[in-house]
Amino acid sequence: MFSAFRQVSRPAAFAVRAAHRPSVGAFRVASFARTLVTVRYTEDHEAVKFDDSTGTGTVYITDYAQSSLGDVVFVELPTEGTEVSKGDQIGAVESVKAASDIYAPISGTVAEVNAGLADQPGLLNKSPEDKGWLCKIKVKDASEIESLLTEDAYKKHCES
Amino acid sequence: MVPFAGFSMPLSYGDVGAVASHHHVRTSAGLFDVGHMVQSNFRGATATAFLEWLTPSSLSVLAPFSSTLSVLLNERGGIIDDTVITKHADDAFYVVTNAGRRERDLAWFRAKLAEWNASEHAAAGKVALEVLEDWGLLALQGPEAAQYLQNLTTFDLTTLTFGRSAFVPVKGTKLHVARGGYTGEDGFEISIPPAQTEEIAALLSKSPVQLTGLGARDSLRLEAGMCLYGQDLDEDTTPVEAGLTWVIGKDRRETGGFIGAEGVLKHLKDGPPRRRVGMIVEGAPARQGAKIFAPSSSDLVGVVTSGIPSPTLGKNIAMGYVESGWHKKGTEVEVEVRNKLRKAVLTPMPFAPTRYYRG
Repeated sequence: MFSAFRQVSRPAAFAVRAAHRPSVGAFRVASFARTLVTVRYTEDHEAVKFDDSTGTGTVYITDYAQSSLGDVVFVELPTEGTEVSKGDQIGAVESVKAASDIYAPISGTVAEVNAGLADQPGLLNKSPEDKGWLCKIKVKDASEIESLLTEDAYKKHCES
Repeated sequence: MVPFAGFSMPLSYGDVGAVASHHHVRTSAGLFDVGHMVQSNFRGATATAFLEWLTPSSLSVLAPFSSTLSVLLNERGGIIDDTVITKHADDAFYVVTNAGRRERDLAWFRAKLAEWNASEHAAAGKVALEVLEDWGLLALQGPEAAQYLQNLTTFDLTTLTFGRSAFVPVKGTKLHVARGGYTGEDGFEISIPPAQTEEIAALLSKSPVQLTGLGARDSLRLEAGMCLYGQDLDEDTTPVEAGLTWVIGKDRRETGGFIGAEGVLKHLKDGPPRRRVGMIVEGAPARQGAKIFAPSSSDLVGVVTSGIPSPTLGKNIAMGYVESGWHKKGTEVEVEVRNKLRKAVLTPMPFAPTRYYRG
């Protein structure tokens, strides 16, 4: 429990590294509400942090993805209010060299996009999980979260 | 590291990002290991005439120790490769070609040499090809390149202007140094014998010079409006379509006499069906393969061949081919990126001003 709290309060760079550790990060307790935050991953190197109290999943690219991409210089995000289905192409993350599509990891409605990325796409490199989040999706079917990769399964995917 | 033309090459070095690396070359100096490129010597009494058969360049009037961009053309006038040819003398040329075209180019050279040497064209003397296997080639590029190199040689580099070359003593060895490059900046391409390549590379990569990878090489060349063979040039494209008419010698536009002349002269006379253009794209970077449409219509008028978000300009730049008539600067078109049409305006190249040293 203590270790989970400490991890939350660490600077982003450490949190990103912590995300690669096997035993922490998948579940944590936030403030006083009984909120379960679940983090799941896709084979396309995206992650979704699902908060069951709001039914909203925050989508971001993994640290592995940002380091493979190199300097992110442009991010295209979906329009707020767009209905998306799991697997839909909803935007792109671009380095000077190449564009990588962003796919909806879950079905739902785009509730919010990270407007800060328009001026500071580099946040994706500096803080992919925290300041560099892409969008929040109001999830249609929470059980869909469980079909995504766990942290361990994602790590295996990266190593394979 | 990425595979490139049979070599494993770095996109970037260490933890210097591609953008920082790009800016470093624009503001200071970077060193590129381009030893994968193919360096060759052509020697023989009829070398000038031979290379004037293989290319549309006016090599007979090129001054000794001068270089020119040129193209190898197939029988239809399509570009087999782009190349830089340096004339040392009427009977001695140094030619650099692309690594990705090595097999095609060398087979072409050898076939054409055999044909030439067996013909009466070679009556005054045969031509021999020597490929400089395993030689190093380093490109030192950027506004601080000249000062850096000057500190390593007694040769007065102020006498070496853009497009000229010389044998320059560095560490007791005379190295072939050509002023120019693939970034739009002042700089040098330095050819090094195999045994000394590592030592010279170490000497040329001290602060402020940074080692620079393929990533920055591509963004720098595109800002300078230069073509990448395989993306912007291919065997179905003539130099006239590619906006490289300037590499065709003035006398040769009339007389021809080079392989592929018929197709090239026809494009010169009638105008090419399509032309290479530059454009600035709003909203999102357009990449290779993005379709170009007439505004507010479904009329396909061209295709993007290279495109990036430009680190120097902060805008999305691209080059591509459009039908003749759509090629004038200021023309508005639409480019499809991820199923959305984005406005684009045709823009003269280079996108970033070149800063060659002309003395």
